[in-house]
Amino acid sequence: MAATDRAARASGGPGARVELEGWGWKHSGRDEYALRGVDLSVEPGERVLLLGASGAGKSTLLHSLAGLTGPDSAISGEQEGVLLVDGEPATRRRGRVGLVSQDPETQLVMARAGDDVAFGPENLGVERDEVWRRVDAALGEVAFPYGRDHSTGALSGGEKQRLVIAGTLAMRPRLLLLDEPTANLDPAGAELIRGVLARLLAATEATLVLVEHRVAEVVDLVDRVVVVEPGGGVIADGAPRAVFAEHGRALAGQGVWVPGGEPDPGLAPAPGGPVLIEAVDCLVRTPPDLGMRAAPARTVLSGVRAAVAAGTATALTGPNGAGKSTLLTLLAGLARPRAGAVLPRGPLAEADARPLARWPARRLARHIGTVFQHAEDQFVTATVRDELRFAPLRAGMGRAETDAWVDELLERLRLARLADAHPFTLSGGEKRRLSVATALSSGPAHAPDALVLDEPTFGQDTRTWAELVELLGDLRAQGRAIVMATHDALLLRHLADTRLRVADGRVTPVERPDGVERPDGGTR
Amino acid sequence: MRTTDRGRGDPMTLDAPGDGGARYWLLGFNPAAKLIAALVLAVGLVPAVDAVTGGVVLAAVLPLVLFSGADRRTLLVLGVPFLFMGLSSGLVNLLYGEAGPLGALGAAVRLLAIALPGILAAVSSDPTETADSLVQRLRIPERPAMGVLAALRLIPLLAGQWRTITLARRARGLEAGHNPVAMTALFFGRLFALLVRSIRTGTLLATAMDARAFGTGPRSHARTSRWRPADTLLVAACPVLLAAAYAVSAGLGTLTLLFG
Ligand SMILES: Nc1ncnc2c1ncn2[C@@H]1O[C@H](COP(=O)(O)OP(=O)(O)OP(=O)(O)O)[C@@H](O)[C@H]1O
Ligand SMILES: [Mg+2]
Repeated sequence: MAATDRAARASGGPGARVELEGWGWKHSGRDEYALRGVDLSVEPGERVLLLGASGAGKSTLLHSLAGLTGPDSAISGEQEGVLLVDGEPATRRRGRVGLVSQDPETQLVMARAGDDVAFGPENLGVERDEVWRRVDAALGEVAFPYGRDHSTGALSGGEKQRLVIAGTLAMRPRLLLLDEPTANLDPAGAELIRGVLARLLAATEATLVLVEHRVAEVVDLVDRVVVVEPGGGVIADGAPRAVFAEHGRALAGQGVWVPGGEPDPGLAPAPGGPVLIEAVDCLVRTPPDLGMRAAPARTVLSGVRAAVAAGTATALTGPNGAGKSTLLTLLAGLARPRAGAVLPRGPLAEADARPLARWPARRLARHIGTVFQHAEDQFVTATVRDELRFAPLRAGMGRAETDAWVDELLERLRLARLADAHPFTLSGGEKRRLSVATALSSGPAHAPDALVLDEPTFGQDTRTWAELVELLGDLRAQGRAIVMATHDALLLRHLADTRLRVADGRVTPVERPDGVERPDGGTR
Repeated sequence: MRTTDRGRGDPMTLDAPGDGGARYWLLGFNPAAKLIAALVLAVGLVPAVDAVTGGVVLAAVLPLVLFSGADRRTLLVLGVPFLFMGLSSGLVNLLYGEAGPLGALGAAVRLLAIALPGILAAVSSDPTETADSLVQRLRIPERPAMGVLAALRLIPLLAGQWRTITLARRARGLEAGHNPVAMTALFFGRLFALLVRSIRTGTLLATAMDARAFGTGPRSHARTSRWRPADTLLVAACPVLLAAAYAVSAGLGTLTLLFG
């Protein structure tokens, strides 16, 4: 029978062979190729780390290997050259290739954890008893902490990521593609995922292609490094140590996080200043949930006291799901706490002395800039350029002045060639940069008094990372307040002046700013 | 085989329907049975335009609301537009209809009686179980059935997305204040943003499904959608209820047929 045949073929065996010859891909709606002239062959069972600047086309390549690009597929565009998985076009090998994409939020298909993991095997026609055996095995392998019936909507980022990996493992793929599997996770969660991967790789013969910006943490998991260039092909290929020794400098210039070559932006010292925003005894509960057996409302934060000072960078740290983003929406005046208030202080109170949540939106946007965790949430226009011109034009800045500043921002954040693209079509790192850029778009002279940022450096290469940090440093030097939630240890080290830890519904100041976040001294 | 470690104490656990007392009684039926039942009642009520026929069905179905597992908030959110729909249809008929106040009452009751079973079927069915039963019981092809599942799953997500859009637009300085014209314009702007987001979510979900081999060939089914005797009874009860309703109305001499 065809179905059992497919199931049998899908159940393990040696890894897949990948061959690319003169391969290129141009997304529909773009003038330039994302990648072009890629020549690469990966032997069965090889473990490859794929590197490249943000927007170089790493995710695009993984999507193509997973058979998701092509005329009848999810992602449309133009292909040239040859891309073969086990000697066949990837679209025909779909199902024997497992892909874990950049954003875990959008990869869960079903409402219950067990059903979600079962979804892949079902599609492969695996028999029922075998499906549940695989589900249990996969949930065990990733150390999923709940039962099969746990809601997939009620998981933290790290748990979601683990579930997505389990769903992929249950398909017993022969080619495993992982796109920044730890980028959005807290240090503990990221460590856990890396542990899961290490165990997994020891146990399977599957071929692996891994994308990860922060090289140092994953270099032990791979035996080969391949670097691609935006709009081009492979520019370095070989054993990790050899590649970094030989091309280290050139790669660092390309923005690759070469171990030992972390950027070191020279920032002006924090001038400090008066308190601008103060949270007084805030209480937040989850929004009401609709539907059958809706989850009861839960207290997210209680008794929150926090102060944000001008000329200072305040960092919020803490595990995934602890309420950092919630606290940021409070401090940004976007949401109203259940009890307590977030009040403007000092110079900010001169604009309007009412609690921030009562401010009219226009005034709020002028004084406080916000960057959301999910960049896509905050885009309100259809092109990158319009997105950046939106705020300054509304704030009454002149056309010429606006365009000059927008051009400078586009250039500094390496978005210039994407100026006319739709924000949704950007790569993960590009979206993040654009969302931060919108908060900076009023220009240095008209910048908001406080900037509230959720994971501002997520998914950046070294060059864009340094640009972002320098832009934020400049604003701080001018006396603006920076509030950021982040897991990025390097960012904390360079920019954070005070730290607040959000955990277990409480917000507490961190006394010793160094060494408490991550005992093993890694760079994130 | 469904799992047994269901952890009733864990509020984030999605229970399988059918366990947990009388309040959840309707959840125990096969979603296909509930859908068929709702459809039979709806179609059966089309010919009768008087208030009594619809009224009998409405009176029989209304108590089931208590067993649908819906909590007060859900009832409120669904009930208000539901009543509004009935009232407005009655009002329109009263103002512009030719049948006078009784005819208007008939129109309102009939609309509610047709709509309520469908709403109950939808509220009391778990999306996953519904998709399973559409495929396994009603032999609906996988793709549209998964489409239905995705749509059902999208509804609760929409509430969250609406909240996020509201926050995001406030952050960008888009808010109307007290000017009604600006308020309407911005409301539709937000609605459009929600539409864009939900299309986007749908696209991403489709990509995620493709990445997990959806559509590469025949599927197997990890869960069985069971059809129990009670399901047959539920479906069988509908023609009986309809017959009773028509009989009562005819007995009272109130029966009015659409093409009568
Ligand atoms: N759906 C799409 N439509 C049009 N262009 C796209 C689409 N997806 C990606 N691109 C563009 O293709 C190029 C490569 O994007 P890709 O997502 O592969 O980059 P990446 O290397 O994964 O970057 P990052 O490290 O930021 O995630 C970028 O210029 C991006 O803007
Ligand atoms: Mg990417």
